[in-house]
Amino acid sequence: MKERLKQILNSYHNQREALLPCLHLIQKEEGGLSEEIALFLAKELNLPPVEVYSVASFYSMFTVKQQKAKYIIRVCVSLPCYLKGSDKILEVLHKELGINSGEVSADKKFFIEEVSCLGACGKAPVMLINETLYDNLTPEKVREIISQLKDENSTEEYSQTGL
Amino acid sequence: MKIVLRNIHKQGYKGDIESYLKEQGYTALKKALTLSPSQIIEEVKKARLLGRGGAGFPCGVKWEFVYREKEFPKYVVCNADEGEPGTFKDRLILENDPHLLIEAMIICGFAIGAEEGFIYLRGEYFKAYQILERALEEARSKGFLGEHILNSNFSFHIRLYRGAGAYICGEETALLDSLEGKKGQSRVKPPFPTFVGFKNKPTVLNNVETFANITQILLNGGEWFAQIGSSHSPGTKLYCLSGDVKKPGVYELPTNISLNQLIEEFGGGVEGELKAVLPGGVSSSLLTPDKLDVIMDYFHLQEVGSMLGSGAVIVINKDRCMVDLAKRCAEFFDYESCGKCVPCREGTKRAREILVNITRGKGELKDLELLKELAEVMFDTSRCGLGQSALNPVRSSIEKFSQEFEEHILKKRCPLGICSLC
Repeated sequence: MKERLKQILNSYHNQREALLPCLHLIQKEEGGLSEEIALFLAKELNLPPVEVYSVASFYSMFTVKQQKAKYIIRVCVSLPCYLKGSDKILEVLHKELGINSGEVSADKKFFIEEVSCLGACGKAPVMLINETLYDNLTPEKVREIISQLKDENSTEEYSQTGL
Repeated sequence: MKIVLRNIHKQGYKGDIESYLKEQGYTALKKALTLSPSQIIEEVKKARLLGRGGAGFPCGVKWEFVYREKEFPKYVVCNADEGEPGTFKDRLILENDPHLLIEAMIICGFAIGAEEGFIYLRGEYFKAYQILERALEEARSKGFLGEHILNSNFSFHIRLYRGAGAYICGEETALLDSLEGKKGQSRVKPPFPTFVGFKNKPTVLNNVETFANITQILLNGGEWFAQIGSSHSPGTKLYCLSGDVKKPGVYELPTNISLNQLIEEFGGGVEGELKAVLPGGVSSSLLTPDKLDVIMDYFHLQEVGSMLGSGAVIVINKDRCMVDLAKRCAEFFDYESCGKCVPCREGTKRAREILVNITRGKGELKDLELLKELAEVMFDTSRCGLGQSALNPVRSSIEKFSQEFEEHILKKRCPLGICSLC
C-alpha cells in the first residue's frame, strides 16, 4: 500500500493535493484510514497528523475507521428521489438485509448509506451499488437485485470496496 | 436548437474521439490557435454567455479578469462537482461528450495564458471518471493536449481530480480548497478566484455546461449565440425536469422558454395536480401555479422571487405535504453545511430541529416567525451561497402554504396524512 501511495505522492510532487487521491485509494483497498497510514501520509506530506485525520473525516466517502463490506449500497434520499419513493426503497433494503442505514451486515457483505443527490433524478429513485448505478427502482426491482447479490457463490473472494 | 447536446442527440454518437472528430471536433481549438487571446475573449464576451453553474456571471468577463492578471501560473478549473439535488445535466455531458469539455478547457487555457487545468469531478460519478480518463488519454495521443499542442508553442495539461462526497465543494471557493487537498470549506469573497484562486493564483472556474458552449461560440461567433433565447441571458439552457412530471429528463431549450411550456410541452405535463415548482433545485424558492408564465432565465426568475440556479426544475403535486418537504430540504442542508461559519452551521441545525418538531406535533406558531427570521439572518450573514440560500424552500413554503403549517401546529394534523405527528 505504501508503495502505491508513494506513486501518487510523487505524481503530485509530494504536495498536499495528493491527499484526496491517496485517501480514495486507501478507502478502496482498505475500507478506511488506519492510524499507521495516517501517520505515514502526514510524514510524507509534511503535515500534522491531525490535518490528515481532519480531511479524511470531513468527506463522506472516506472513513477513519476501517469498515469493510463487499457491497456499498448508496441510496439517494434527496428531494427528487424522495418524491419518487426513495423511502420505500430504503424500507425494502433495511428489511431484506436486516440492517439499518449506516450499518454493515453480519456477514460483512452489505453496507447501506443514505446519500445526497446522485445526479440521476430523471430516473428516480436511484441507488449506487459500489460503482454501478441502478435507476427507476421499485421495491420489486430492489428485492430482485439484492437476492441476486445474496445468492452469489459464497466462496468467491471478497473484493474490498471503498465506502 | 441544440448547442450543448448537438452531438449527444445524434444517432450513433458515441462520444469517443473518432465520433467527436467527425462532428467538427477540435476545429474550434484549431481556429483558436490562429486567434489572439483577446480575440477569443472578445468572442465569448460578445456571446454574453452567463455561467451555467448557477451564479450566472458573464463568462467572457471572468476570462478577461484572469487574462489581465500579471501573476503566473494561472489555472483553468472545471466545476464538475454536480450536486444540487435535481441537477443531472453535467453528468450527461461528461459521460456522453467528454471532448466537448476538454476542448473548451484547452481553448480557455490558451486564452488566459494557463498551462494547467483540473476537472474537479464528483466522487460518486464513477462512470464519468472512467470515461473522462479515457477521453483525456485520447486527446493526448492525438496531440490536442500536452506539450506543443498541434505543433504550436502552446502547452496545456489537464488533471482529473475526484471529490469525495461533500455538496459544499460545488461552491467555487470550497472546491478550490478541496482541490488543494484540504477540507472543502468556503473562503471569504472577495478576493474572487479570478484573482486569488487555486494555490492563490488567478483561476478561471467554470461549470461543465458553461464550457460546453464555448466551441460553438468560437465556430459560429459570439453574435450568433447572443441572438438565441432571451436577451437577458442568451443561449440555451439544460433544464433538468424531475419530480411529479410525466417525462422527466434533461431538455436543452432556448432561455426564453416559459416554465409552463417546459413542463407541458416537453415534460408531458404534471403527474397529478400541480402544487408548486422549485425552478432551481432545493436552494431556490418555490413557485406556485400562478407563476407558470415566468421565462426561465436568470433575470425573470429573480423577478418573481426565485432563481434559475443550475436549472433543476423539481415539480411537486398536490399529494405532497409542504411541511414534510420543507423538513426534507432542511435535513439536507443540515447534513451538508461545511461548518465553517456560525450562521450556516447553527442555522441549518436549528431549522431542521424546528421543522422536525412541527412534523411531530410539537410545533408552536411562533416557530414560523422564527424560521423566517432565521432565513433572513442566514441570508445576510452566511459566508457562501449554501447558507445564504439554504432556507429558501423553507421560507417560501411557509409564505405560500401557511395554512398547511398552521394545521400541523394548531390542529396537530397533517392534511395529507404524511407526517405522523406523534
